[in-house]
Amino acid sequence: MTSDGWPLWEVFVRSRRGLSHTHAGSLHAPDAEMALRNARDLYTRRSEGVSIWVVPSAEITASSPDEKDPFFEPAADKPYRHPTFYEIPEGVKHL
Amino acid sequence: MTAVTAGTAETTGAPGVSDAAVAAEQAAYEAVFDAAVAADERIEPRDWMPEAYRASLVRQIAQHAHSEIIGMQPEANWITRAPSLRRKAILMAKVQDEAGHGLYLYSAAETLGTSRDELLDKLHSGRQKYSSIFNYPTLTWADVGAIGWLVDGAAITNQVPLCRCSYGPYARAMVRVCKEESFHQRQGYEALLALSRGTEAQHAMAQDAVDRWWWPSLMMFGPPDDESTHTAQAMAWKIKRHSNDELRQRFVDIAVPQAEALGLTLPDPDLRWNEERGHYDFGAIDWDEFWDVLKGNGPCNEQRLSRRRQAHEDGAWVREAAAAHAQKHRVDKHHAEQHQHTGKHGEAQA
Amino acid sequence: MSTTPATSGAAVITGAALALGDDALVLSHRLGEWAGSAPVLEEEVALANIALDLLGQARVLLSLVGDEDELAYLREERSFRNAQLVEQPNGDFAHTIARQLYFSTYQRLLYGQLASGDGPFAGLAAKAVKEVAYHQDHAEHWTLRLGDGTDESHRRMQRACDALWRYTGELFQPVEGVDVDHAAMESAWLASVTDVLGRATLTVPEGPRTGAWAAGAGRQGLHTESFGRMLAEMQHLHRSHPGATW
Repeated sequence: MTSDGWPLWEVFVRSRRGLSHTHAGSLHAPDAEMALRNARDLYTRRSEGVSIWVVPSAEITASSPDEKDPFFEPAADKPYRHPTFYEIPEGVKHL
Repeated sequence: MTAVTAGTAETTGAPGVSDAAVAAEQAAYEAVFDAAVAADERIEPRDWMPEAYRASLVRQIAQHAHSEIIGMQPEANWITRAPSLRRKAILMAKVQDEAGHGLYLYSAAETLGTSRDELLDKLHSGRQKYSSIFNYPTLTWADVGAIGWLVDGAAITNQVPLCRCSYGPYARAMVRVCKEESFHQRQGYEALLALSRGTEAQHAMAQDAVDRWWWPSLMMFGPPDDESTHTAQAMAWKIKRHSNDELRQRFVDIAVPQAEALGLTLPDPDLRWNEERGHYDFGAIDWDEFWDVLKGNGPCNEQRLSRRRQAHEDGAWVREAAAAHAQKHRVDKHHAEQHQHTGKHGEAQA
Repeated sequence: MSTTPATSGAAVITGAALALGDDALVLSHRLGEWAGSAPVLEEEVALANIALDLLGQARVLLSLVGDEDELAYLREERSFRNAQLVEQPNGDFAHTIARQLYFSTYQRLLYGQLASGDGPFAGLAAKAVKEVAYHQDHAEHWTLRLGDGTDESHRRMQRACDALWRYTGELFQPVEGVDVDHAAMESAWLASVTDVLGRATLTVPEGPRTGAWAAGAGRQGLHTESFGRMLAEMQHLHRSHPGATW
């Protein structure tokens, strides 16, 4: 999707060191350099970030709704991946 | 949020499948959607959604985005005349926020498969609306304060519930907007307070602005519930959480004591506390004026729209230049990479 | 500005702070005029950021001299010490970008030098130089895109660079109290601007870099015609209510 030939970009911002980049939103820009600058102006004008990624929206491959079940159901069958699956006697700490 | 249009009903219409099977699948999708809305889950861009839900969202988000952009004009009208450097900085930051909020909202609309170009085109040709409040003029500096206090106040009353809207990208955009807008109303109130407590002329300026902006602010909540065409469905889909009249009452209840603290009066002789209802009663809104302004006969409809079109047209060569530059340099980069590739290849052979 | 050995240190700082502060104040005002009319929404946000940075700088600098509002709103045109470049009208987007390129390149060099010294502006300059680096980056990227974009944008950008060229010489006239090597700054400025214009496929303008009128320029309080109108608009409300607080 373009705006006068300016493609759409997705913006990811690292809000502070130690955290991963998270999706902040999107914007239009003619190229990657301008996208980065626009992202800085738009998504970090209140000092919300220490690092920015921009990705052309068209380059993102997403799981489609039709595939939703095979993608996300199996994990639900594997409760043993989650710590709450295990019973630990009361009083045992640091586990 | 991808540019890819979310899966629509087309994906279910594979050839050779009977109509009954298609209908059954459609019903199944619809049931999942309804259950998600009922359970207060968020609908995300690539989820299946009824076409009417999508259309209703696009209409509402676009109108909201347009309002932010057109709403820059009445306030920008005073940037160059702001009476102190502190007020000038605040006003510039506020008008900038409005551009930013317009951007967040256009982005949210784009997740539904409608490009910003399309939406701007509809705004410029008058096929989509923006909030009628911006068709009123800002005649004095006090109008900047009145807009902050009353117009932003009404907008916030409307917007806070939208942070829980059923459509994820819209709700997330609104969380950001509401967080950033928290200073907008306070700065307006503070500016009005300074005027109200200032010289006689300043006080009169503040009162005049409140007199002019009060009723249009109440109209911002839209027509009364029994005349609102979109409310019922929007509430069923949890796009909207409260009716127009509920929100209007909430706003009046909040604004009356704020006006008292300002030392200003509200231009409504019927305004009084109703012990029984636990709310303020207020006078009849002039809905003829509302519909008239909405139809395009407000004091500034023509001016706002033509200014917006002008800015867009004046900027066309700039947008084209940047696109052309990017195009040229994508090609250059491509050539450079190929060149490098061949070079390396040559080295390997040698 | 005539100086005698008797000129006090405070007066020197006052003159310098006014020169730098008025530059920032006036350019910020011009950029503020763009609000609602930028070529694309993303650029509304960018121009406002630059305007806000400059206004912040202006307020710090003017406050070194006196009350910021009295200085901004109650001085006559002839008392303003900004260079003529920053008061030039916005024109089309190309003119605004050419003005940004010329000025931000100068300001970055200036604040870079001031920040590395130990003069009265070192602290302010250390903060401002980061802001200004971004302004220059913004101007440079737009210069490249407009210069090397379409035929129309190239033509407009070249015209803007040419038109504003004559206001660039004044930036390097020594200002008392601004303790930098103006000659070195000027050659660094020329090298930088020449490089950017070259990469943007633009021609470095050939005309003189100072006006033909020998009486002086903005730093001496001589301005161009449009500046009076700008001030009339900026000061009108404040002056209409003497002594009022806002």
